[in-house]
Parts: sequence; C-alpha cells; structure tokens
Amino acid sequence: MSNYLLNPKLFDDDVVQEPIRAGFGRGLKAAGEANEKVVALCADLTESTMVNKFSEAYPDRFIQVGIAEQNLVSVASGLACAGKIPFASSYAAFNPGRNWEQIKTTIAINDQPVKIVGGHSGISVGPDGATHQMLEDIALMRVLPNMIVVVPGDSIEAEKATKAIAENGKPSYIRLTRVKTPIISTIESPFEIGTAYILREGSDVSLMGTGTMTYQLLVAANILSTQGINAEVVHVPTIKPLDNDTIIFSAKRTGRVVSAEEAQIAGGFGGAIAELLSEKLPTPLLRIGMQDRYGESGEPMELFDHFGLTGEHIAKKVAEFVHNTSQYHREY
Amino acid sequence: MGGQLTITQLQHKANDLREDVVRMLEAAGSGHSAGSLGLADILAALYFNIMNIDPKNPEWSDRDIFILSNGHTVPIQYAAMAEAGYFEKEELLTLRKLGSRLQGHPERVKLPGLENTSGPLGSGLSQAAGVAYSFQYLDDSKHRFVYVVMGDGELDEGNVWEAAMFAGKYKLSQLIAFIDRNNIQIDGCTEEVMPLEDLRGKWESFGWHVLEIDGHNIESIIDAASTARAITNRPSVIIAHTIPGKGVDFMEYDYKWHGISPNSEQAKLALQKLRTLDGKITSGDAE
Repeated sequence: MSNYLLNPKLFDDDVVQEPIRAGFGRGLKAAGEANEKVVALCADLTESTMVNKFSEAYPDRFIQVGIAEQNLVSVASGLACAGKIPFASSYAAFNPGRNWEQIKTTIAINDQPVKIVGGHSGISVGPDGATHQMLEDIALMRVLPNMIVVVPGDSIEAEKATKAIAENGKPSYIRLTRVKTPIISTIESPFEIGTAYILREGSDVSLMGTGTMTYQLLVAANILSTQGINAEVVHVPTIKPLDNDTIIFSAKRTGRVVSAEEAQIAGGFGGAIAELLSEKLPTPLLRIGMQDRYGESGEPMELFDHFGLTGEHIAKKVAEFVHNTSQYHREY
Repeated sequence: MGGQLTITQLQHKANDLREDVVRMLEAAGSGHSAGSLGLADILAALYFNIMNIDPKNPEWSDRDIFILSNGHTVPIQYAAMAEAGYFEKEELLTLRKLGSRLQGHPERVKLPGLENTSGPLGSGLSQAAGVAYSFQYLDDSKHRFVYVVMGDGELDEGNVWEAAMFAGKYKLSQLIAFIDRNNIQIDGCTEEVMPLEDLRGKWESFGWHVLEIDGHNIESIIDAASTARAITNRPSVIIAHTIPGKGVDFMEYDYKWHGISPNSEQAKLALQKLRTLDGKITSGDAE
C-alpha cells in the first residue's frame, strides 16, 4: 500500500471527528510557547477561529483589531517589521477575501513572515450561505510570489502545519474549515511544507485531494475498489510550493488524475494540478470542486451531497472518468 | 544623527534634496513631482535632525523607524537617504530604471534602510501602528519612535481610519504621523474630490493629539516632533500644511504636477528656480 500512517480507525463508524480549526488553535498555542516572537491578531472572531487558546495563554501577545481586516494584515506587517511572527486571523471570506491588496503589498512583496489564517473556508461553513463560503482563497493566495499556501487535511495536520509555518520565515496562508471532519492522520504521520503524501497506492487513477476532500477521496477509493478500480490517493496539504515530483510520479503510474477541493476549480487546487500536468506531463484530468458557481445555505454534509463532493458522488464521477478515458501520459 | 545641523543648514539640505529630486525625475522620465518637492523640508528634518538612525548601520537595533505611506513620493526619501549616507548619490539617477534598487515605489527588500513596501495608498499608518504597538507593548522599547508620512488625498482610504481607531484604542504614543496637507490629489483639490475637513476634528475624535504646522518651516517641524514625543498617552498626528511642488514656482499649487515629471527644459528651469528662489528658501548655493 503506502508507507503513510493513516488513522487505523479511519473507516470505522466511530472515527474521531474534529474541526480542522481546532488543530490550528492548539498549534498556535504551541508555536507561542516555543517562540515568544509569535503574536496573534484577530478581527473580532477570536473564539470561532480558535485563537482564544493562544489569547488565554498569552494575553500579552494577543492583539484585538476589531472588524477591520485591512488593518489586521497591515498592522501584522508592521509587527513583522519589528521582528515578530504575527498570525493574522479571521474568516477566509474577509481574510484574504477583503484585504488581498494589503496582503500582496505589505506582506508578499514586502516578504514579511506574516501568517494569514483563513478560517471557515469552503462550502462546509454551511448555513451562512454564499457570502461566507470562501471558495476563491486558494486561487487568490497561490498567485502571490513569496506566499506559502497550506490546506491541512485534518486537525492533527493543522496543528503540525501551524507550528511549521510559524518557523518558516515566509509569508504564509493557512486555510481552515469550521465543521467536524474525520481525522485521517496520526500524531506520527509526517508533515512537511511542500510535500504531498501518497496515502494509498493504485494503478488506475490518481485521486489528489487537499483539505477536507482527502477524506472523501479515501472513501471514494474504497467504493471504487469494490468495482474493480484501483485508485491511488494523494494528499496535497501544500498547494504552494506544489510537490511536483510526487504529483508527476503518481500521474505517471496511473495515467489518469482527479483533483478535489472545497473551492472553485478555476485557479484553485485543480488549476494548480492542471498547470503542472499540462506543462510537464499531459495526462487526462478531472477536476472536482465548485464548478464556477457560488454555494448556498445548507448543512455542511447536505451541501457536500448537493455539490457532488461526497465520497459516493466522487466515486461515481471517477468511475465514469476511468471508463471513458484511456490511461495516458506524455513526457516532454 | 540628531541636533548637529543648524536650522539654516537644514534648510539648505532640504533645497539640495529638491534639486536631487528634479534631476532624478528628469532622468527617470516619469514620477511624482509635486508631493516629492512638497515633502522636502519634512524629510530633511526627519533624516537630519529628528530621527535616531545610523545610515551606516541600517539594521541598528535601537533605530527609529520611518514608514512612507504615500509611496509615490519616494524620490524625496531616496534623496534624503543618499544624502544621509545609506548609499551613493550617483545611484539616485537609476530611479525607476530596470535593475535599480530605487523602485518607482519603495520596496523594503530592494534597498537597505527602507522599512516598508508601499504604493497602494492607505496602509502605511497600519504598518507604523504595528511597529509602534510592538515597541510599546512587546519590546519594552520606550526609547524608539515610529514616524510615518501620509498624503492628504490618501486619507480617502478606509484603511487609514481603521488604523486611526486602532492607534487611538491602544494609545500608541510612540507613533508620530505626518499628514502632507497640500490639498491636491490626482483628480484635483482634495476638498472637491472628497472633502477631508474638519481634519483636525476627525483625528481628535479618534483619540489623537493633533498638531498643525507650516510644513516648510523646519523649526516648526522639529518642534512639533519633539512635542509629539513628549505626549505619552496618545498617538500624535502633525498636520503639515505644505505647498505642492514647493520651490519650483511653475509647479506650485498645480495638481497637474502631482503625477508627472519635468522634461529636460523644465528640469533646467526648475533647478534655476531652486537656486534663486525669490527668497522663499535660503539656498546655500543660490549665488
């Protein structure tokens, strides 16, 4: 199979579920404990972004900026100028949704190690509806030179990713989600910025996922195996820099690629995979995600079902894709 | 650096910087003339009197921090930095050219001594507030100050008022802001484009200590900065009334000079004006 250590209870009915943001909350507190330069800012969403773990432990290093996301990130840039490692947190709809220019100018061009924390991203934020379902943040952030973009697949990985970006010395974006999702990894599982992990080896198709979608791909792979389709599953928690080697390696092995994300497929993770494959290894590609439309109100799993993002829906689409597409790749 | 030069010598410095700006903008063939010239006295006062800096050691850990928010006026900052010794003056003529460290708008990573990156307006005060917050609450650096220069047109940006509220809330007393109140922006007069008055009242209501000065009077600039440093319970803003294009009569007060540079004939004339300026500025090499 693969060397990656998956949660052994992953497919049990009582698999532990936890919001990815909870891992961020723990990671930020741990990062603050390890390095006193770490400071946290929040724009009036301290509890729901789980910055409160940090602010309760280190009240002197927590800065409340109010509902002012432009100020949030540009003050963070100033704190970095004074030698701090600021985590600037809000919902992704506003951060980077509202303050992208300030992020570009005062953090990315300025190359300051500010950490942008985009909470409550994706469709799974649920009943709040389209205005709060941030689907464009991956695209917005991955086009910025100097910016690191991390989308953890579960709360354990989010904790590791938070600690890692605290010490990477670079402008970084971490994308988090609100809803409880199954824990796919273990404390011992590896996480490095810039590395993708093959969670399950296969020969017919490579299912590449980021964030909450990786779990759905693992479910899909189980379903597909009962239909005689041997799917590989690749978890891609870092979208920038993309782990080109692992993605190309997997695409070569299977000759068919599927990308999955809780975001717009245009410009997002699917866009990144499409760019890489079309330049380096043209391979048939199916992009799963939001298809050039906004979301709507509903419970998270209802929305996953409605927009075809559950393992069951994905398995169906992948089966069609496999049946209608020959395995192919072309090397340049 | 502080306190070495007399007021007259500082006035001469400001005029030298103006001449540098005219030469730079002419060589560049583009750039913002009016604001750069209008800020000459404030930048001369900051770099040669007010700020505690060491141009030979731009990373000096006890230095004051200067943030230029209206990045389009950076030619005057480059001129002041070169004059202060951050880099050789010859480099000034590379402004806006391919490969230059002197980008059209300031980029921290390109040139040692720059503390921020700006151009898109409205976020310099926030950056300065972040530094000031760190000095006041995180670093125990009570001796360090943050100076930020903003344009007045820039105050149209909502981000500025977010920062004003933030600095007021946290009483960032090591934060000292200058507003270049020259009354022009690209489309015309500030009060026509988007009225700013009552400007003093606005800042006061946000919890700032407000000073209002003639932004071409070096002594007033230095006095205002030292009053601002002595205010320990609030951030300070110095509304500096300036003349856009100051020192070159055919540019003065004319908003059309906001975003353009002089051609060689205009530059020649401008340099002449700067050296013989009807007594408006005492120039060291006027004769």
